[in-house]
Amino acid sequence: MTAIMTAPVTVEKDHLAVLESEAVHIIREVIAEFDRPVLLFSGGKDSAVLLHLALRAVHPAPAPFPLLHVDTGHNFPEVIAYRNRLVADLGLQLHVAAVQDWIDDGRLVERPDGTRNPLQTIPLLDTINQHRFDAVLGGARRDEDRARAKERIVSLRDAFGGWDPRRQRPELWNLYNGRHQPGEHVRVFPLSNWTELDVWRYIARRRVPVASIYFAHDREVFAREGMWLTAGEWGGPRDGERIVTKRVRYRTVGDASCTGAVESSAATIDEVLAEVASSRITERGATRADDRLSEAAMEDRKREGYF
Amino acid sequence: MSSLLRLTTAGSVDDGKSTLVGRLLHDTHSILSDQLAAVHRATRARGGDALDLALLTDGLRAEREQGITIDVAYRYFATPARTFVLADCPGHVQYTRNTVTGASTAELAVVLVDARRGVVEQTRRHLAVMAFLRVPHVVLAVNKMDLVAFEEATFRRIEAQFAAAAHALGAPEVLAVPLSALHGDNVVTRSARTPWYGGPTLLEHLETVPTGCQALNGPMRFPVQLVLRPRTSSHPDYRGLAGRVASGVMEVGEEVIALPCGVRSTVVGIDTPDGPLQRAAAGESVTVRLADEIDVGRGEVLASPEHAPRALTELAADLCWLAERPLRCGARVLIKHGTRTVRAMVTALTGRLDLDTLSHTEPPAALELNEIGGAWIRLAEPLAVDPYATNRHTGGFLVIDPATGDTLAAGLVGVDPLPHPATPHPATRN
Repeated sequence: MTAIMTAPVTVEKDHLAVLESEAVHIIREVIAEFDRPVLLFSGGKDSAVLLHLALRAVHPAPAPFPLLHVDTGHNFPEVIAYRNRLVADLGLQLHVAAVQDWIDDGRLVERPDGTRNPLQTIPLLDTINQHRFDAVLGGARRDEDRARAKERIVSLRDAFGGWDPRRQRPELWNLYNGRHQPGEHVRVFPLSNWTELDVWRYIARRRVPVASIYFAHDREVFAREGMWLTAGEWGGPRDGERIVTKRVRYRTVGDASCTGAVESSAATIDEVLAEVASSRITERGATRADDRLSEAAMEDRKREGYF
Repeated sequence: MSSLLRLTTAGSVDDGKSTLVGRLLHDTHSILSDQLAAVHRATRARGGDALDLALLTDGLRAEREQGITIDVAYRYFATPARTFVLADCPGHVQYTRNTVTGASTAELAVVLVDARRGVVEQTRRHLAVMAFLRVPHVVLAVNKMDLVAFEEATFRRIEAQFAAAAHALGAPEVLAVPLSALHGDNVVTRSARTPWYGGPTLLEHLETVPTGCQALNGPMRFPVQLVLRPRTSSHPDYRGLAGRVASGVMEVGEEVIALPCGVRSTVVGIDTPDGPLQRAAAGESVTVRLADEIDVGRGEVLASPEHAPRALTELAADLCWLAERPLRCGARVLIKHGTRTVRAMVTALTGRLDLDTLSHTEPPAALELNEIGGAWIRLAEPLAVDPYATNRHTGGFLVIDPATGDTLAAGLVGVDPLPHPATPHPATRN
């Protein structure tokens, strides 16, 4: 921090710099106005960027919020290793809400199809209540889904964590109204205006560390419904599904049982950027079975309190 | 390097707004194949044959079932020149508050008109909102030109109607574009069917319109968001004021005044995680260190002493009322301005904007949902404000219900307020 950098004053700023400043502004508003903020950390690239921005927002002070990982139990070991290393290196506090704990004591029942993404909502809401978190920072982006496209940056949730799209507050200028009643909380999405490509450009620009499975590697996979899934105790391969070794990478990180890999040889950040820029299919369409359920799959889950 | 333009769209029901947005996304190759396949499936499921681009943007179940747009949807598309954040706002009268939401951050508004119907009441309402919120650029998109045989006379008549309304409302200069969202004429590609039109296509205009001028050229304003005091072994005595420059440029070495507290100091450092800066311009999030250990925290605005905002306890303001329950004189509210929230009381209503005559009425008994009007507001503590006309970032505020926490109105600090009906308030003239 010795050399003085002179920022040229130009009328038009690089759009990524604008998005970064906007996100930092939002995160600082949350830290200033809420008593018990928490940052949702899935181990995916969006939460990696969110965490990076949150640390920038308070630099040089330490993070004034813990992380919360809602753990489906169907994990990629590389992602858990990445999470643990990051938490240790940065000296962060991590809460883990494990879906398995809720299943073990009967608060949740395993679904017949074995997927656990929809089961994350209850452990998330229970943990928010238990720790009395009043602001939950998440890495969701509006470009991910049509229901998310209608989400506010600061989104009020009722005492049941539910989202009512018809009762959303008008969100004017960059004034965020996070007032809420006891028992309610807000979800805050500082990456609202980012696209998948923006996230990757930012990871490249700021050298944000992400889990290794985002880069091409050899993996034993089997094909189901047009996706390459990883073999695991949670449901695959079934009869007739054959394990093959493919060079793949992941575009999203979710529940390992329903998150598919894409065939890819992109092993570096520049190669990933080039691949994302030329992709003709969305990341969720390509790799997430949970979003293929219906036209309104995401809207329904959000109404129930999902991320 | 690609810059960013925030824009908003507004139009009446069936003006083809969702189709226009779908066309912009489609023709800039921003729709990926699985999204397009989903639209094809949904179009067929509803018995349609031609691709219904509107289905791309209607996100909620009720919207698709009723074929209307309820809430603001944000869309993202990019060309090599620019990245666009588009707030797609619904057309129904009862959703005006969403138009206000979309317009508040927009630097450009596209107002749609059906070429067969011309300027209607809802067009005036949308234009009034854009003028009220001082969206710097307005584009009139005369849509469905294919249904009037691409007649120049029809286009020119609507252009003149709209320009007259824009002038009456004090809206900035308007560009009118004849187009067909359904067929793509003059949206991204120039139409051979409008040889009489010499202006840019809609996208050409979006790619070249200047952005960010007002904020950058205004006087320096830095609302303090929070004080960073790490108290760590590496930074035992660090005290920085974190915030985002709202307007102008802040430089190391310049004298600043903190308002409303009135204390002066000098900027000795502008810090970022990447290293110190010599100066920071509007829009940049930074951390500022001052020469003196002064008690400046969240809620204060740093400004140049020569061009400081006024610290007021009595505001003359324009309000766009966004709540079901009408506003009456004497209402107790909260005002959220910048990083400060204060208790307040509405002491007078001074007029209401009549959308038919585009003039202000006599003081009304109440301000109803979606109405725009003038008011006097008394504050429990001073706020450092600028007139909204000169600074969108430090002249806008929220009116909040202290009981429910709901946002009741968009508020704008006035320049030349109508006189208070009771007594003149010299305090506001400082």
